[in-house]
Amino acid sequence: MTYALKINGTRQTVDVDGDTPLLWVLRDVLKMTGTKFGCGVALCGACTVHIDGVATRSCITTVDSVGDSSVTTIEAVGRTDLGRRVQEAWLDLDVVQCGYCQSGQIMSAAALLASTPHPTDAEINDAMSGNVCRCGTYNRIRDAIKRAAEGKQP
Amino acid sequence: MIELDAERLPRPVASCYSKKLSRRSLLKVGATAAGGLALAVALPSWSNAAVKENDPALNAFVRIEPNGRVHLTIPSIEMGQGIYTAMSMLLAEELEVDLDAVTVEHAPPNDALYANPIPILRQQTTGASASIRGFWRPLRLAGAAARLMLVAAAAKQWNVAASACSVRSGVVLDPSGTKSLAYRDLLRSAASQKAPAPDQIKLKPPEQFKLIGKSPKRIEAADKVSGRTQFGIDVILPGMKVAALAISPVMGGRPKDVNKAAALATKGVRQVVTIDQAVAVVADHMGAAKKGLTAATIAWDDGPNASVDSKMLVEQLKRASEGPGVVARNEGHFEEAFSGATRRIEATYELPFLAHAAMEPMNCTVHVRKNSCEIWVGTQIPTVTQAAVAALLGIPQDAVVIHNQYIGGGFGRRLEPDGTLLAVQIGKQVDGPVKVIWSREEDIQHDIYRPYYYDRISAGLDAAGQPVAWDHRVCGSSIIARAVPALFKNGLDFDAVEGAAEPPYALSNILVDYVRAEPPGVTTGFWRGVGPAHNVFVVESFIDELAAAAGKDPVEYRRNLLGHNPRALAVLNLAAEKAGWGKPMPAGKGRGVAVQFAFGSYLSLVAEVALDEKSTVKVERVVCAVDCGLPVNPLMIDAQVQSGTIFGLTAALRGAITFKDGRVEQSNFDTYLPMRIEETPRIETYIVPSAAEPGGLGEAATAIVAPAVTNAIFAAARRRIRRLPIEST
Ligand code: FES
Ligand code: FES
Repeated sequence: MTYALKINGTRQTVDVDGDTPLLWVLRDVLKMTGTKFGCGVALCGACTVHIDGVATRSCITTVDSVGDSSVTTIEAVGRTDLGRRVQEAWLDLDVVQCGYCQSGQIMSAAALLASTPHPTDAEINDAMSGNVCRCGTYNRIRDAIKRAAEGKQP
Repeated sequence: MIELDAERLPRPVASCYSKKLSRRSLLKVGATAAGGLALAVALPSWSNAAVKENDPALNAFVRIEPNGRVHLTIPSIEMGQGIYTAMSMLLAEELEVDLDAVTVEHAPPNDALYANPIPILRQQTTGASASIRGFWRPLRLAGAAARLMLVAAAAKQWNVAASACSVRSGVVLDPSGTKSLAYRDLLRSAASQKAPAPDQIKLKPPEQFKLIGKSPKRIEAADKVSGRTQFGIDVILPGMKVAALAISPVMGGRPKDVNKAAALATKGVRQVVTIDQAVAVVADHMGAAKKGLTAATIAWDDGPNASVDSKMLVEQLKRASEGPGVVARNEGHFEEAFSGATRRIEATYELPFLAHAAMEPMNCTVHVRKNSCEIWVGTQIPTVTQAAVAALLGIPQDAVVIHNQYIGGGFGRRLEPDGTLLAVQIGKQVDGPVKVIWSREEDIQHDIYRPYYYDRISAGLDAAGQPVAWDHRVCGSSIIARAVPALFKNGLDFDAVEGAAEPPYALSNILVDYVRAEPPGVTTGFWRGVGPAHNVFVVESFIDELAAAAGKDPVEYRRNLLGHNPRALAVLNLAAEKAGWGKPMPAGKGRGVAVQFAFGSYLSLVAEVALDEKSTVKVERVVCAVDCGLPVNPLMIDAQVQSGTIFGLTAALRGAITFKDGRVEQSNFDTYLPMRIEETPRIETYIVPSAAEPGGLGEAATAIVAPAVTNAIFAAARRRIRRLPIEST
């Protein structure tokens, strides 16, 4: 079955079973490897993408459920001012270590800031709790979200 | 947060800066094919392998391209510890170039060129928190040598004394400061200069450092925040297939029945491969491969280990711990002193099996051809892996090409070749390249686990409460005997007793021994913090027990035993001061302390915990004082303290791998629980200025945090935790 997906502003057609997780369509079929596999069952957040702006775990999102929605991945999040601000805050505070979880962290953080421009600690916890970092970069992630929140709106 | 007192910059100490280099040290220079300058530094003591005459130009540590870019081939692999940045800094410091002029490359396997010289490694291994310790001098030497030759080339052109020239950001200035030549314009003539003898090279004194001791940011971060970094799992090759994997749930078991037809009927599935202990479904994409694997409904023959379970394993260890052991240290007369002591205190401590659970699941891409094999994998042991693959395929070692990759968290898991060997066995049956990716469940259930330890410890106190006798028996499996048998000497595993044999305290009449007991059906391996991650928990908990028995304050008690050890005493004092040790805490809260010397670094850590009505432990604050010798990059030091603390804390609170019916009971992040952002305590790092040789720091905080937390629980609730994880007791 073929599916025409709207990914990072471009239409992409793939021919896979409808129950194929979006994660593997992105990584293996479209060869966009910025979105990561960590657990496969929505427990770690490594695979987070935006679907119509909402942070979504692509590992449990089947390709047939995407429909006409817009998918944004880490490869394109920096095209928006907010996404770029998040990435810059990450760089300013030297957040990353191994970096493997960070695509998902940044996607979750960008979605949080889009809906909640000045999140409290509790709101940060809620939005980021599903994103695991085994390198333990959490304190810098929290600080970077606050730094990005302070950044000037365009 | 980090704090480093910049006013108290390190002073040079003799051991660090005037150490005589071996006369036989090798420094090789050559022109690269592109007209650049290649430079290799090799010290014969690094490895047993000889440096081949024509190697350096090809595989040199350092290469300066005609465009002026400096290429540094990094012997270690980057897995989050920041080593690519730190090593680039060391080189750039002496070469006198800006940090962003340096491009890094993963090193190919080659012990002759890239072995870490520290005695416990002596091969191209990233582990033991040894990268800075091992490469600190060679990298600076390489940078300085290249600079000297470039300056000599410029001086020759100007007909002035080289010593009167200076260098700024890759540009040589003549004595008057009016003429200048960039490195890129000097390469050809520099390559024909005689390489300076290593013992003629004067390294910079610390007061001239421009990079070392500063906090430049991670050089690869921009790629990591934009999804561009290629990890092993991201490798894509023309014609490549991907494979999902099911390994026998019981070690030593085999697939008995596989519904290949059902798997092959899945859209996108190409092939079902069966090997000794596993089944792989090869497909166009992972979605299809996983679906095919489910359709294959594999039945297993469990083999001899089907009845292994945790209770039985612990029982066996407990019996084994009754001894006798192999002596690691024996000073004074323990028996006599113990029986003559005013008070005798004894305890047993237990630590569980642990998985690594790095965020990037195990994976490996292979292309097995008739007489050769090409491999793309993130590995901490490229040369060991290369040799193992060559042996498996019966081909020469140099017919195995390994492309190392960024690793999404190693923690010791990538110190084993098992994942690569499995992929090669599968790849042997596949035409063309195949990427084998483990599911999270496979990753957790087929890890090589941190050993379970069952330790016995006892001490005698005199009338004043001071220890006069100390006996620590370490009991567990030997990783060294399995993984590095050449280093397993006379039945003693030096790693298993590290942190036990040489506690930082003045202890007389000390006896430390080791009982090796191998659990059936479980393979054990290195886990971040290695030996100290278990022994520091036992020793620091027990010192706390002694302080309590003596009715002394835990910090005061330790101070009294550290008079001979000024660096350990200094970190203890700093941590205590910054934590506000002694300030009263509300009911239900407590502070605990620990001290450690491991990996060449001194740490002291104070944890603050709060217990609720149900005695649930919340760690609220961690204060860590670090003396890691000369601090190369304080920002990275803080990152490693944060990282190590959280890694160790996660395990201390709830990390445990258990077995039932030969199977691992945990499978994903719902049963092997990672710490999450909302549970993360505030973590403060304080760095002691020092000019001593740099120590390692990637693992240190992991080892020290558990006892600080359990000691804090004791302070809060008089509850002594002698078996980890905390939440199981
Ligand atoms: S891979 Fe999707 S949440 Fe873990
Ligand atoms: S940076 Fe390594 S897992 Fe988050």
